[in-house]
Amino acid sequence: MNREDFPMFKQDIIYLDNGATTFKPTSVIDKMVDYYSNYSANAHRGDYSISYKVDVEYEDARRKVARFINADLDEVVFTSGATEAINVIADGFFDNIIEPGDEIIISKSEHASNVLPWFRLANKKGARIIYAPLDTHLHITLEGIKSVITPKTKIISLAEITNVVGDLRPIKEICELAHANDIFVVVDGAQSVPHKITDVKTSDVDFLVFSGHKMCGPTGVGVLYGKKELLEAVNPLILGGGMNESFDSEQEIFLKDIPQRLEAGTPNIAGVLGIGAAIDYLEKIGMDNITVYEQKLKAYLVERLMQLEHITIINEESGSGIVAFNVEDIFSQDVAYYLNKYNVCVRAGNHCAKILKSITGVKNTVRVSLYFYNTYEEIDSLIELLTDKDKIIKEMI
Amino acid sequence: MDPELKREIMIDNYSNPFHKETKDEKDYIKENGNNVSCIDDINLYIKIDGDIIVDAYFDGDACAISTSSTSIMLKNIIGKNITEVKNYITNFQNMVYEKDYDKNVLGKALVYDEIYKQESRKTCATLPYTALSKIIDKK
Repeated sequence: MNREDFPMFKQDIIYLDNGATTFKPTSVIDKMVDYYSNYSANAHRGDYSISYKVDVEYEDARRKVARFINADLDEVVFTSGATEAINVIADGFFDNIIEPGDEIIISKSEHASNVLPWFRLANKKGARIIYAPLDTHLHITLEGIKSVITPKTKIISLAEITNVVGDLRPIKEICELAHANDIFVVVDGAQSVPHKITDVKTSDVDFLVFSGHKMCGPTGVGVLYGKKELLEAVNPLILGGGMNESFDSEQEIFLKDIPQRLEAGTPNIAGVLGIGAAIDYLEKIGMDNITVYEQKLKAYLVERLMQLEHITIINEESGSGIVAFNVEDIFSQDVAYYLNKYNVCVRAGNHCAKILKSITGVKNTVRVSLYFYNTYEEIDSLIELLTDKDKIIKEMI
Repeated sequence: MDPELKREIMIDNYSNPFHKETKDEKDYIKENGNNVSCIDDINLYIKIDGDIIVDAYFDGDACAISTSSTSIMLKNIIGKNITEVKNYITNFQNMVYEKDYDKNVLGKALVYDEIYKQESRKTCATLPYTALSKIIDKK
């Protein structure tokens, strides 16, 4: 649906790599071009009209994000993306909390961005990384989380939807369990916020991170949500303009309140305005409509793929629009190369989840990740291209 | 060479790669080959006696172009001396990067003489050669 809103679809292309990034609607592009063309001033310098307009638009985008995830206005920090946001809290918040012997629960199906910052923190502090067990479908369950919680557990950091397995984790229930045990919950929402309703008050997550470009917004901008009292305790890792109230030659520094305290330097203004426009766009379609449509489309894709004997799906049970599979005897990248000859874009590889293979035994897969603008006809075209294994082998070189 | 024949040679070397095996042998120099832009990941193991490459094998996961190119390369270098192998590597890379090259030293590696037409696959074809160069340079 809504394909006419996306300039990229003027090309003859079947884009099935939405887990990597999404296309941008004209309204988002126009919003950013309008800023650069008509009021291209800095933020927080409201001494003249165009700069004042920047401030209004910038804070309006923050308001949109807050409303979109049901947060308060000062709980929304703009970052360069989900990756930076996790690093900010790992190094700026949990660095002060984690002690030797503490435990950090993640899973082996997490994206690198939700693994490496915790590895570093654990190494620095002498803490331990604990992997929550995955069930036979590679899903995280509440019982699985329960089984690894100990008195030493300080953090549970999980994607709400993982980028390979695509399972939807029971975040609200995990938060209840965690908070009853004085454990913080960090949620990587990069693959979930673009596809479903997000409500941080209902789920009660402590921190949530996500990226603009996976939800029809621009690259280089993302969001760190944190409960206000927690964000207040985040040590700003980057100091400079925009985040200080005042400083003097005696090296006394007074910092601004959150969220500005955590947004040093001139921000990605066009990006922030772009994410605001993306939210307007998604809300117009309706997040519920997006979820329902994607699930129907995914079910259709799985049903069609399962009819092909030479294809093995590793995550047919997942609750998201992500399907990872392999074609028998063919390296995933060769499948991707072959599909590219027909202008079909899919991702091949480990998808940044490099420790998942220790559980699945499958190092690389072809990944199809859907969004609301994908169609049943596109699925049919994909299936037609995958139906004849000999054709793939013949044309992959 | 006929395009169909080229394809057949590549597929044959991909489906039944030469000396692709997992073993833990002593006296072999190991070098990993991987591409930043893709997921090819192979390990090359070369045994050099004096000036001669007396044996070689590889393991890992890589695409059809990388795997077949490694297979063909190994067939071409075993029994050759370092000078000959250096010359072979240079000519293969010249072919892929559209410079003058000597066809006579490349043997079946000539199947990649049109790989330059697929920009993204040049690094697939040259992956084992880059790893082999590192080993030779260490000598």
